[in-house]
Amino acid sequence: MPFGLSMVGPVIYTFGTPEQKAKFLPRILSGDDWWCQGYSEPGAGSDLASLRTKAERDGDHYVVNGQKTWTTMAQHADWGFFLVRTNPDVKQQEGISFLLIDMKTPGIEVRPIITLGGEHEVNEVFLDNVRVPIENRVYEEDKGWTCAKFLLAHERTGIAGVAGSKRGIEKIKEIATTEMDGDKPLLSNPFFRRKVAELEMDLTALEYTELRTLAGEAAGKGPGPESSVLKIKGSEIQQRITELALEAAGHYGAPYFRGFGEGDNEHPIGPDWAHRTAPSYFNVRKTTIYGGSNEVQRGIIAKMVLGL
Amino acid sequence: MDLSYNETQGMLRETLARFLADTYDFESRKKMLASPTGRDPGIWKAIASELGLTCAPFAEEHGGMGGGAIENMIMMEEFGKVIAIEPWLQTVVIGGGALKHAGGALAEATIPAIISGDAIIAFAYAEPQGRYNLADIGTTAKADGAGYVLNGHKGVVYAAPWATHLLVTARTGGGRRDRAGVELFLIEANRPGITRRDYPTVDGFMASEVYFENVAIPGEALLTGGIDLIERVVDEATVAVCAEASGIARTMVNQTVEYTKQRKQFGQPIAKFQVLQHRMSDMFVEAEQVSSMALMGTLKLDEDAAARKAAVSMAKAKVGRSLKFVGQNAIQTHGGIGITMELGIGHYFKRGTMIEGQFGSIDHHLDRFEALSYPA
Ligand SMILES: Cc1cc2nc3c(=O)[nH]c(=O)nc-3n(C[C@H](O)[C@H](O)[C@H](O)COP(=O)(O)OP(=O)(O)OC[C@H]3O[C@@H](n4cnc5c(N)ncnc54)[C@H](O)[C@@H]3O)c2cc1C
Ligand SMILES: Cc1cc2nc3c(=O)[nH]c(=O)nc-3n(C[C@H](O)[C@H](O)[C@H](O)COP(=O)(O)OP(=O)(O)OC[C@H]3O[C@@H](n4cnc5c(N)ncnc54)[C@H](O)[C@@H]3O)c2cc1C
Repeated sequence: MPFGLSMVGPVIYTFGTPEQKAKFLPRILSGDDWWCQGYSEPGAGSDLASLRTKAERDGDHYVVNGQKTWTTMAQHADWGFFLVRTNPDVKQQEGISFLLIDMKTPGIEVRPIITLGGEHEVNEVFLDNVRVPIENRVYEEDKGWTCAKFLLAHERTGIAGVAGSKRGIEKIKEIATTEMDGDKPLLSNPFFRRKVAELEMDLTALEYTELRTLAGEAAGKGPGPESSVLKIKGSEIQQRITELALEAAGHYGAPYFRGFGEGDNEHPIGPDWAHRTAPSYFNVRKTTIYGGSNEVQRGIIAKMVLGL
Repeated sequence: MDLSYNETQGMLRETLARFLADTYDFESRKKMLASPTGRDPGIWKAIASELGLTCAPFAEEHGGMGGGAIENMIMMEEFGKVIAIEPWLQTVVIGGGALKHAGGALAEATIPAIISGDAIIAFAYAEPQGRYNLADIGTTAKADGAGYVLNGHKGVVYAAPWATHLLVTARTGGGRRDRAGVELFLIEANRPGITRRDYPTVDGFMASEVYFENVAIPGEALLTGGIDLIERVVDEATVAVCAEASGIARTMVNQTVEYTKQRKQFGQPIAKFQVLQHRMSDMFVEAEQVSSMALMGTLKLDEDAAARKAAVSMAKAKVGRSLKFVGQNAIQTHGGIGITMELGIGHYFKRGTMIEGQFGSIDHHLDRFEALSYPA
């Protein structure tokens, strides 16, 4: 789960109080706490700054009311980091605060959203008079947007997913070596083979783009708008990998395997990898949508890099 | 070239469209899929016996209206618009088509049962090792007295759990990929020795792995024509799913346009963003190509085998590519809601994706087109 280690971790590390660092960072490192990200709302997707979940002060607490959506793994999370509106009267970006909320707090309700492959990985999160101690606010009140943007840049680097895509391509080569196309392995089919090669080519270009970005970071430049390049290429490559795996499955992409029920020892239909290919292909359409859609990323490059 | 439909064809389309609008709304379809049999059998009955649509593509001597491929195209397009899971493709296009071409006593007995809605046929042709090669067949039909004995395993047989009959390809002779020796049989689905493992498919149908163990069948079950007949029937089926794709692509374009007019971000409907406008224009353009290729393929079905195969493959490859473009961009343009079960668009995308591979992938069909059209 990247939400703790590579997302809220760096925020707390960079903007948190000594108490917050002592309380949260060790448990993030050890993996004791699972985190989820409460940014998006039904009305605030690409336009994140328009979020309406509000937090009002009541003594030494905030009282939070509103609705988040698309919250990945909220059903398992111990903690969530939330963007909430603490000041409705200023420019949108200037009235947002960054809160750490214990997911067991009364008033939080998590409802599943089922995605196209049949998975339960995202949720709606309803917040009804949820009381959050003020000491759980990271950075200054109304300055949460600074944390949010810092975190989004980190999210985009992580989203390049080079290591995962390498494994994905290796898996496809493995599959295509055993899966037969007539009397030859599928990997000998000139069309299939060319598509695998093109994927490797594009992934290598991405890998070196990421290395250059990291070198820049090491030299003191934070991950800036360049991370949008990684997000765009990385997400597209992830999608093409699932597309190719589905192609490899042939007819056996179609069976929908609901998983091993209780007392059900039946193996999946067809080759043991095939039943995952269609659900993955459907599911991974998400990579060009979340973490700032690829359209939004292109907008960022146009504005921040090309100066348009 | 006159590309307009005649009055009867127009009526057919309208009748089915009106019926499907009443029966196949999002919630009703969801309920059907979740029911134990994965369908509502009453709908098929109504299409056949109340609306009388199943008679459209059959000859008058069999109790039909004398239509053919065009009528099938019209029906499939309408089914696509609501992503219906009715077994028209398997029963009418494939089963009915095979019977029509082969003729004889079996056709005379079975076509009326298709028309009345009593017979549902599933097409058991693919095998785990065979990919898209119709002649790569390990299932055997051994002559035994006047009949045959079937042994083998057929994979991903759509509609098999619902079927009264199975249309099976099997080998009476020859080696694993020989064209000679492959034959087509129509048998009752409940013959002793047939077992099934049923499952839902990702695009909302039910399918089965079908196993034949010493299944005794009569000699009359053979539909004469061999691999040539099988290829002809599969080409007709391929064009039929292109027509279904046309209905799906159009609907995805319409739903995407409607959604972007309603969804607001940054204080305006997202339809106002030029990147999305251009993308939806491209989707519209590609959906038009799908419709054109479905029509082209349909019109070429009666040409000689080589011309027919080349045309059908070209149609299917193009349809696969355009449909992928429309589907992927429909989801992208919807944002997060597009990848959930909650909105229709994702379900159209799933069926569209399966059509891309059904009866052969884009590569398979481009390959077949090249082999038939260009010197080696
Ligand atoms: C599987 C999944 C997991 C997620 N996990 C989380 C999570 O854990 N926490 C969280 O907070 N959020 C999460 N999200 C939400 C995600 O960040 C949003 O889906 C994303 O920001 C897009 O918002 P939206 O879905 O409302 O789409 P919309 O913003 O409505 O966008 C719809 C379409 O319009 C386009 N568009 C929007 N604005 C513009 C523009 N100005 N110019 C051009 N095109 C534009 C978009 O690119 C998209 O194609 C997740 C989403 C998914 C799908
Ligand atoms: C071979 C040729 C033959 C021609 N023949 C004729 C002729 O017979 N009669 C005649 O009157 N003209 C003719 N034209 C001129 C032609 O109509 C113009 O070139 C055309 O209208 C584009 O204008 P422009 O070249 O000034 O480019 P610009 O308008 O400056 O466009 C530059 C780029 O910006 C893009 N762009 C511009 N506006 C938008 C927008 N709102 N949204 C998105 N992108 C945009 C364009 O697509 C283009 O890529 C001809 C041009 C060519 C190349």
